[in-house]
Amino acid sequence: MISDMMRMIRLGLKSLMLHKLRSTLTTAGILFGVASVIAMLAVGEGASEETLKRFRDMGVTNVLVRSKKPDETQQTSSSSMMSILGYGLLYPEADRIQNLLPQSKVVRVREFNRGIIHGENWSSTMIVGTEVDFLDVTNMKVKEGRWLTELDMVTQGNVCVIGESLARTLFPLSNPIGMTLLIGIEDRFQVVGVLDYQGRAAGPNGTTLDECAFIPLSSSRRRFGDTIRNTSTNRFEAIELHEIKVKLPSSAEVEGAANVLRAMLAPAHAPKGDIEITVPLELLREEEKQEAMFNLVLAVIASISLLVGGIGIMNVMLATVTERTREIGIRRALGAKKKHIIQQFLVEAGVLSALGGLAGVGLGYIVPKLITHFFHQNTIVLWIHVLLAFCISAAVGVVFGIYPAWRAANMDPVEALRHE
Amino acid sequence: MQPSAPQTPDFRPIIAEFVDVHRHYVMGENVVKALNGVSMQVRKGDYLAIMGRSGSGKSTMLNILGGLDRPTTGEYRVGGRDVSKLDDDALSDVRGQEIGFIFQSFNLIQQLTVLENLEVPLFYQGRVGAESRQKAEYLAERVGLGGRLEHKPMELSGGQQQRVAIARALMNDPLFLLADEATGNLDSNTEQEILNLFDDLRPDGVTIVIVTHNPKVAERADFTLWLKDGQVEKLVDNRTAERDAARAAGASASGGHS
Repeated sequence: MISDMMRMIRLGLKSLMLHKLRSTLTTAGILFGVASVIAMLAVGEGASEETLKRFRDMGVTNVLVRSKKPDETQQTSSSSMMSILGYGLLYPEADRIQNLLPQSKVVRVREFNRGIIHGENWSSTMIVGTEVDFLDVTNMKVKEGRWLTELDMVTQGNVCVIGESLARTLFPLSNPIGMTLLIGIEDRFQVVGVLDYQGRAAGPNGTTLDECAFIPLSSSRRRFGDTIRNTSTNRFEAIELHEIKVKLPSSAEVEGAANVLRAMLAPAHAPKGDIEITVPLELLREEEKQEAMFNLVLAVIASISLLVGGIGIMNVMLATVTERTREIGIRRALGAKKKHIIQQFLVEAGVLSALGGLAGVGLGYIVPKLITHFFHQNTIVLWIHVLLAFCISAAVGVVFGIYPAWRAANMDPVEALRHE
Repeated sequence: MQPSAPQTPDFRPIIAEFVDVHRHYVMGENVVKALNGVSMQVRKGDYLAIMGRSGSGKSTMLNILGGLDRPTTGEYRVGGRDVSKLDDDALSDVRGQEIGFIFQSFNLIQQLTVLENLEVPLFYQGRVGAESRQKAEYLAERVGLGGRLEHKPMELSGGQQQRVAIARALMNDPLFLLADEATGNLDSNTEQEILNLFDDLRPDGVTIVIVTHNPKVAERADFTLWLKDGQVEKLVDNRTAERDAARAAGASASGGHS
C-alpha cells in the first residue's frame, strides 16, 4: 500500500517534470499563498504576544487598583500655584481591602521620582516604597542579597533593593550589595539586594521594574512624605498610595474580587475619578479574544491567495488531462479502473500543491524574520500555523484536482486512445 | 492424390468467443450497424488475423475484443465468461488480466522508462514488486531488448518500441494478444522482425489476434477472418491456402519438367 503510494508520487513527479516551467509556476501560486498565511499569522501572533506578555506580567491572579490624577479641567480656575492637589488611594483603604478579602495578599505601593547617586554614577529614576509581599505579587526574584523584610518595615530601615538595570548603571564594576546610595540629596540607603532581570514592559509611570529602587513603604513615608511637587506644573500633589496590588489565591476568584473592590471604592473615588481598577485577567481574555478574531481575519485574507493558487492548479490539471488523453486511454486499455485514473491525477495535483506548500513553509519562515529585522515588528511563527498552512495547501491541491481527475476518469477509453 | 486428412475434433479451449454480436450506434435518427451478428471463436494457440475494408466493422470488433466497448446485443465470452454485461471496473480487470494490447503507434507512456512501462499493467493489479521486475527483465530479453530497461521510449527506434509494447502485453500472462495494426507504423524490414517475433512467441502457447488491412501481415496468421458490412464474410485457413499455393507452384514446376 505504502510502496504503491510512493510509486504513484514518484511517477506523478515524473509527469510533472514533463512541463517544468508550467509546474513551477503553478507551484509558485501555492507557495505564495502558504507563505502569506504563515507570515500574516506570525505578525498577528507577534503583535498580540507583547500585549499578552504585559498582561501576564501584571499577574493573572491580581487586581490592581491605581491612583490616577483626576481630570484637571474642573480645578484649573480654583487652583493657585501653591494649592495642594489631593487625590488617590489612602492607607486605610488598603486595610479595608485586606478585611474584605482576607485570603488575598494586599500590597501598598508608593512611587516617586528621585535622583540616585553612588560615587560618580547617578541615575534619575523611580523609587518604589512597598512591602514584603510585593516580590511575590509581582512574581519577581532576587538575584543577589535579599528582599525587604518585615523588620525593615518596622524599623523604617534605610535599606533598598535595586533593579538589575539600575545596579549596572550605578555599579558598573563593583558588587552593589552592602554599598550605600544617596537617594535624593540627603537620604542614605544601603543596598541589600539586586533583583533578577525582568525585561518587562514599562509600567504606568514609564519606568521598567529593572530601573527602579525599592525601599520599605514605612521608610518612604517617613523620609519623603506624602506630597510630591509636580515639576511640570510646579504644583504640589498629595497622594498617599499610588497603587494597591491585590493578589487572589486563584484566578477563579479574580472576577468576584474585582467587583467587590469596584463596589467598595466607588463611593469615595467615582465622583473624583481618581482611581483605576485593572484586572489583568480580564484584559488578557479580551486580548485573546481579539487575537483570535484578528488571526481569523488574517487567515481568511491569506486563504484567498491560496484559493487563487488552487484555481491555478485546477487550470493546469485540466490542461494536463487534455494533453494526456491518450495516456489515459492507454492506461485504461491496460486495465486501469476509473479510480486508478482519479488517484493518479489527484496525486499529481496533491504533489504539485504540497511542493508549493513545502516551499511556502520555507518562505513563510523567512519572511517574518525579515519583517522583524527591517520593520522591528515582533513576529512569532507557531508550528501549528505552519502545519495548518501546509495541510490547507495540500487540501487545496486535492480539492481543486478532483474535477480534472474526474474528467480524466470518465473519458471513453476508445475515444481517448484515438486522441492525437 | 493424397487422402484428405480426417476431420479431428479440436480440443483446445475456446478463450474468446463472439455469439451473435451486434453493435449498433445511434447517430441522430440513423442507427449504424457496425457489427451485425458476428459469431466466431478463438482457441488457445490460435493465430488469427481480422481483415476488412474500412467501415467493415474491424475497429468495432477490435474494441469489443479488447474489452473497451460492449456489444449492443449478443455475448462476448472471454475464457468462457460472458463479459458483455460487466460494469466498468470488472471490464477493466478483464482488460488488465486477460488481454494483452498491442497498438499501431506503440502507445508507450513517454515519461516512463521501459521498465516502468512494462510494469503498468501489473500496477493496476497491485502486483508490482521484485517479481514484476524479474518478469520485465525476462520479457525484455525475450523480445530482444535486454539491457534497455532504463531507457525512455523516445530513445528507442520504432521497432524497439513495438517490442517493448509486446513485452508489456505479455506482462500479465494474458489469454491472448490483441494487436491493432501492430506493424502499421513500421518499415517492411521491421515489420518482418515483429511478425517473426510473433512466430517465435507461439511455441510458448501465446494466442494472437491481429487486426489489419495489410494482406502480407494477415497471411502470416493461421486464419484470416474477413469482415464485410459488419458480418463475417469468410474464414480462410491460410495454412491450406499456402499448401494449395505451394502445391500449385510445385505442380506447375513439375509440369514444366515433364
